[in-house]
Amino acid sequence: MTAAPEVLVAGKGLHTYYGYSHVLHGVDFSVRAGETVCLMGRNGMGKTTLLRTLLGHVRARRGTVHVRGEDMTQARTSRIIRKGIAYVPEGRGIFANLTVREHLVMAARPGFDGRNEWTIERVLASFPRLSERLTSQGTNLSGGEQQMLAIGRALLTNPDLLILDEATEGLAPLIRQQIWFVVHDIKETGIATIIVDKNVDVLLDLSDRATIMVKGEIVYDGDCDTLRHSPDILNTHVGI
Amino acid sequence: MSLSLFLVQVFNGLQYGLILFLIASGLTLIFGIMGIINLAHGAFYMLGAYVAFGIAQSSGSLVLAVLGAVATMAALGFVIERVLIGRLYNRNHLDQVLITFGLILVFDEAQRIIWGSDVHSVAIPPALSSSFQVSDIMAFSYYRIFVTVVCAVLAVTMALVIQKTKLGMWIRAGASNREMVSSLGVDINMLFALVFAAGAALTGFAGAISVPLTSVSPGMGDAIIIISFVVVVIGGVGSIKGAFFGALLIGLADTFGRVLLPQFSSFLVYAIMAGVLLWRPQGLFARA
Repeated sequence: MTAAPEVLVAGKGLHTYYGYSHVLHGVDFSVRAGETVCLMGRNGMGKTTLLRTLLGHVRARRGTVHVRGEDMTQARTSRIIRKGIAYVPEGRGIFANLTVREHLVMAARPGFDGRNEWTIERVLASFPRLSERLTSQGTNLSGGEQQMLAIGRALLTNPDLLILDEATEGLAPLIRQQIWFVVHDIKETGIATIIVDKNVDVLLDLSDRATIMVKGEIVYDGDCDTLRHSPDILNTHVGI
Repeated sequence: MSLSLFLVQVFNGLQYGLILFLIASGLTLIFGIMGIINLAHGAFYMLGAYVAFGIAQSSGSLVLAVLGAVATMAALGFVIERVLIGRLYNRNHLDQVLITFGLILVFDEAQRIIWGSDVHSVAIPPALSSSFQVSDIMAFSYYRIFVTVVCAVLAVTMALVIQKTKLGMWIRAGASNREMVSSLGVDINMLFALVFAAGAALTGFAGAISVPLTSVSPGMGDAIIIISFVVVVIGGVGSIKGAFFGALLIGLADTFGRVLLPQFSSFLVYAIMAGVLLWRPQGLFARA
């Protein structure tokens, strides 16, 4: 029997507030190495807050965050990230005053175990569109190009876990397809991913495990097949 | 005006402008990137000068004095950022102005307690104390030439670091989205503390290296902070390039103003600022 892959990130009993508003109500959520997990739910249910809590951008008032087994509940974001996590936030986080090339150069570093699989050349080969725009300022890119840049920049940190919040929001269908294609490739290379998106069918095909959040709680955490054959759960909690 | 007088004034203007640039660049970086209005930046200049004066008095070495002043101001800047300024990033500008104004009072008083209210001076080191004779009555001081070259080298180095290095990219990225920079694994708090310390060190260096050219006196920081804000506003807030050209413009204007229009000289730099703002309200090199 082979041991289960290492747990990369684990949140336990997370309660997070924004001011007086209680957003997460005791969330348990974890990802193992190599695992693709989708996080579904309507807007405002706490998906982004959960991701931001795991990364230390907001502090949980109760509960713990462990990264690779180490307690990181109070750790700075940069320390959590350097344990091999990359984050593509909702809105993409492109820097207005940096060129495409600078975005890639500033992010590049070896991974947690010293791996250097993702180089600027490889990212440009995966996103040929970016190589035509190397000297453009970040904000002069289209939404699709920005998302490609955000993913490419994340890959250059040679992560073991890639977190994609709203992976294809606001993108044209053709661009979406390209993004999904690349996400699929990333999965094949063995990088674990947490994906938030509205395209339930794509997510269920792509993921190893599905989770659904409703009002700050995880209401489903299990395999994708069960969910695919339970339209009532999807209807009630995700709304399709 | 004779050619030699003109040349000497151009040179003096450039030298003054470069000193202004060292001060204004820190001010514009700290404001443009970290969003902090640091009124105490002039006090850093004054402290740099006094620390250098103190070390020169006891050791007799200007090199040691300048190095000591730079190290002291870098350390002081770092501590101030960690203890005070770091808490102000999410506050409004009024809070920042209040606390940095408070710092001016603290530093001015500390200066009076430690060094007294007298005006001091430090001799130019013997190796650089002679002058380069331009004509019978005109001369470039070697020390001024030395200061100009050092400042120019620092200006170029700073531009290269900001534009070409990863560190510079992190700093610029931090200006547009702090949280994303930390999401890439960069310790943004440490980065900002280092930027603040570097700004304080540069200003302290400007103060220290100016000691043999000007006198060391109480309140010297208050005069320089106003002119430095003029430079930052003319150049465009947050723009190093703007600070550079703004500083040279003000350095030259002030120098020529004193020679050609002595009765208007104190007014001239503000007239230039008003003119630039009418033409370009965001400054010469404002970022988009």
